[in-house]
Amino acid sequence: MDVHFDKAVKRNGLDDTVLWDLLVIGGGPAGLNGALYAYRKGLKVALISQDIGGQLHNTTEVDNYLGFQMIQGPALSDQFLAHVQSFDVPSLVGVTLKGIERHGQHYRIVVDNGQVFETKTVLLTMGGSSRKLGVEGEEALANRGVSYCTTCDAPFFRNRHVVVAGGGNSAAEAVLDLASWADKITVVHRSQWRADSVLLDKFKDIPNLTIHLESQILKVEGDTKMTGLTILDKATQNTWTLDADGLFIEIGTVPNSALVQDLVDCNEQGEIVVDGHHRTSLPGLYAAGDVTDNPFKQIIIATAEGAKAALAINHYLTHEYKEETL
Amino acid sequence: MSTLLNEEVSQQIKQVLEIMENPITLVLFTQKDPCETCTETRSLLHEVAALNDKMTVVEKDLHNDAQDAQAYGITLTPSFVILDAQNVYQGVKFNGIPAGHEINSFLSALVEMSGKKPGFSDDVLQRIQAIQGDVNIKVFVTLQCPHCPGAVQTAHRLAMHHESINAEMIEAQTFPELSQKFNVSGVPKIIINDRLELVGNQPIEAFLEQIESL
Repeated sequence: MDVHFDKAVKRNGLDDTVLWDLLVIGGGPAGLNGALYAYRKGLKVALISQDIGGQLHNTTEVDNYLGFQMIQGPALSDQFLAHVQSFDVPSLVGVTLKGIERHGQHYRIVVDNGQVFETKTVLLTMGGSSRKLGVEGEEALANRGVSYCTTCDAPFFRNRHVVVAGGGNSAAEAVLDLASWADKITVVHRSQWRADSVLLDKFKDIPNLTIHLESQILKVEGDTKMTGLTILDKATQNTWTLDADGLFIEIGTVPNSALVQDLVDCNEQGEIVVDGHHRTSLPGLYAAGDVTDNPFKQIIIATAEGAKAALAINHYLTHEYKEETL
Repeated sequence: MSTLLNEEVSQQIKQVLEIMENPITLVLFTQKDPCETCTETRSLLHEVAALNDKMTVVEKDLHNDAQDAQAYGITLTPSFVILDAQNVYQGVKFNGIPAGHEINSFLSALVEMSGKKPGFSDDVLQRIQAIQGDVNIKVFVTLQCPHCPGAVQTAHRLAMHHESINAEMIEAQTFPELSQKFNVSGVPKIIINDRLELVGNQPIEAFLEQIESL
């Protein structure tokens, strides 16, 4: 029996009477490193987030973060947090953001615990959530066979047949995670593998694994629970039916940018557009990590972007920001 | 004797519990018949209670103390409720062991039951106060699920804010029959009054919308 203790639950107590230099929104790799770098520069910084670690909690094994040959996602999150906490960076965790609005030259951050904060700059690092296939039956059968969290739901599929949709690293990892529960695994992916070859090499040890590339899921079948999928073979244009009990969808993320869609420029995918200094279209408002239009959603990249953004914010506050006098 | 919590985690939990205000009581129901995780749950409760003198654990037997079990609506084991300083049951219940990620919803329930209630916006508070009729919220979880403690916390907070709401965590793998009855194959799954359901860790407004539609 194991416990995964979240080391930073502080739902109250962040000072809302002061003007902050920087509020970091989001507690994933980009947010944690942004807060660390800003604090070390001497900025009056705090971190506000629903959780700590973000998508690291959806990952079992991480083996591409330099310095850690293999570490569990939640354990890497704990390491990040411990490092940030060693500097006593103030934080408010376990809250949901209700709004971000401009207030003169500053920003106001509204949180669901009733508090409102004012800050000179903001770093948006809200990350991403699971992307949906967008096919018939998917929504109706969510949690009735359709899942977006392998670690959460794998135990329900002991000795069953499950399908993994996707061809990137998260899909390959889902296959490896499910191998210890499911009886039979089928991968359906609309193009070719994008996953790292070191992950794909591990597939040879999995019995009853079938892979259908260049195949598109058209429909999730089932009434009160999923019974199968309708699949299009793109080469032959034939549709066929696959009987299965579960579908784990691992086709990337959509950015958690809903709250700022009307505030800053976003691309067609809803990702916040940033420049090389992580500036958004508004002065003092920065973004980093998976919520931005960075094309490579990787832990180490998000972490580094948090650092870059914090340094750019420090530069902005020192060289460009001028207190307006009333 | 081997312990569930190592020294490091114990110290961290102790720190979290330091802000507890008033004494609370945990009433744990187990049974002698085969009971998956009864022993571990008993250990976990005692180990956590030993970290703060404001906590008392009372042990009951599902069959020998049937009257108590009935008072708290307990039919499963292991199962426990948390009582406030006046020994009042505010509707906060856990069925199955709150280990894994669920340790977090357990700790926040302890702290909040001791009097450290979280803030809510006035709008949300008004909507909670306006609820009429009995409401039962079941939150099915697995211990590997990082999104589940949030859903359990929200349900328990609703229970603590309104006397006719009770909320229970249900560890799905410990109670497969109940999970099957409610067609649980993904978590968190939230069932309200055994008929309405919510999927995923939803904001409190989504819980309120469902409750208001009862």
